[in-house]
Amino acid sequence: MARYLLRRLVLTVPVLLGVATLVFALIHLVPGDPAQSMLGESAAPDEVARLRTSLGLDRSLLTQYGAFIGGLAHADLGTSFRFGTPVTQEIRKRVADTAILAVCAMGVAIVFAIPLGIVAAVFRGRFLDHAAMTLALAGISMPSFWLGPLLAILFAVRLGWLPVSGSGTVWHLVLPAVTLGTALSAILARMTRSSVIEELRELYVLAARARGLSQARAVVRHAFRNSLIPVVTIIGLQFGAVLTGTIITETIFGWPGVGRLLIQAINTRDYPLVQGCILFISVTYVAMNLLTDLTYGFLDPRIRFE
Amino acid sequence: MIRVGLVIVLLAVLAATLGPVLTPYDPAAQTLEHRLEPPSRSHPLGLDELGRDILSRLLSGARISLLVGLVVVSVSSLVGMALGSIAGYFGGAVDDVISRATDILMAFPGILLAIALVAVLGPSLTNVILALCVIGWVGYARLVRGQALRARELEYVQAARALGASPARIVVRHVLPTAFPAVIVQATLGMAGAIIAEASLSFLGLGVQPPTPSWGSMLDAGRAHLFDAPHLTIVPGVAIATLVLGFNFLGDGLRDRIDPKGRL
Repeated sequence: MARYLLRRLVLTVPVLLGVATLVFALIHLVPGDPAQSMLGESAAPDEVARLRTSLGLDRSLLTQYGAFIGGLAHADLGTSFRFGTPVTQEIRKRVADTAILAVCAMGVAIVFAIPLGIVAAVFRGRFLDHAAMTLALAGISMPSFWLGPLLAILFAVRLGWLPVSGSGTVWHLVLPAVTLGTALSAILARMTRSSVIEELRELYVLAARARGLSQARAVVRHAFRNSLIPVVTIIGLQFGAVLTGTIITETIFGWPGVGRLLIQAINTRDYPLVQGCILFISVTYVAMNLLTDLTYGFLDPRIRFE
Repeated sequence: MIRVGLVIVLLAVLAATLGPVLTPYDPAAQTLEHRLEPPSRSHPLGLDELGRDILSRLLSGARISLLVGLVVVSVSSLVGMALGSIAGYFGGAVDDVISRATDILMAFPGILLAIALVAVLGPSLTNVILALCVIGWVGYARLVRGQALRARELEYVQAARALGASPARIVVRHVLPTAFPAVIVQATLGMAGAIIAEASLSFLGLGVQPPTPSWGSMLDAGRAHLFDAPHLTIVPGVAIATLVLGFNFLGDGLRDRIDPKGRL
């Protein structure tokens, strides 16, 4: 196990370095002068020169790269141009909100998807199965930036049950979490279905039925348990999709998280903050994938020894 | 399923090509005194926040969606097939370089990279297409590399090599065709992905710029009028979801045809 862990960790290093390099390269892809672009066309030349110096753009590319990576090692992502505060501080202020949203969305997804998947598997090929899977396909095809406003029209505007946007209470969380969780729910339901179907074919399920267990008990106690491994993996791997989904969901509902911060930073051309947010989201993504792999290795010993 | 998908996609293509003939209005023409008017006989889908005919904008937006999908899928699949088959067929250092590049890009959430690229390059249709191609080729390269690794060992490929066929000929004539069915499925689902991605970017204000209509930017504009004109939100959303569902139906159906084992 220790060797597997070590190998998997070592393999992550080049990926993280690649991600950091991509993020570093971003500011150099800005057409023209990034400092000029941040200050606008009418800015005075000496102001532009000052910003160039403070961003380090006047140094050689290699020195800039060294400083960038060195800064990362100290969790220093530079200073936000708009707020004048360290980028890490701005991100830290919003991490909790994004995390709460992501976790609640995953919760919503799991609560809906697993029963739906099991029902579809048990009634395979029949009406309930078709209905459940059509619902799932609709869920995948429905973009969150449409579902969100639709839910807002229904539950906030028409019925007046929930707030349209903002944060502060549990009620503010409902629409964003459902919006963000729907796509994942659809994917999970499909996965649960095929995984349960596969287990239902196994002899031990037949044996359980032969021993006189009810169909429901055979499904829930035996088939479902074993079908969980691939489902857990998908949940882990999809965390990344949920994380990037927060960018749109937070923008729709004015949720004060890192995703909305990224879009605000893009609109104000606050490039250090853009870099910081992108780096933060991608590193979290890589870390979650690593964690999923490790959990999988722990759950299924065959993987460790490969 | 495959038929439903095909019908939806064909209808969308037809609507996009015939768009200007189907409605008498210019999608950019504003009639401010009629802004936010609900659907009526003269404007079946109503008018938007600047009094523009929503049906005309929807048909015009269909062209953008299909254009982005088509260009992104064609470019990414060609680049992906080329790099994937080279990596899989030749192996060694070439494979290492290409595979590490795909690893890093795969480790990066795709839409985030697209947002980042458009954010720094500036919002425009060309940059959206560019960004989606940068993230799009990876999936095809992975897929084709796997197929090429397998095809390399096939007897007829070895026979071609023994007969002195050049590597380029072997890859194009013998290796790539084994990957085609899988690539076609991926490309169909890729159309759905590209259409959603373009709409997402436009929704965030990073895509096609006004006055050119895009389904994503139409939805974004509707957000300010959830209370007084919900049709601004409902109409483009139905269009996106239906077209994406069409491509998903088609892709899923094709996959079932090609690989019946996947149909559980």
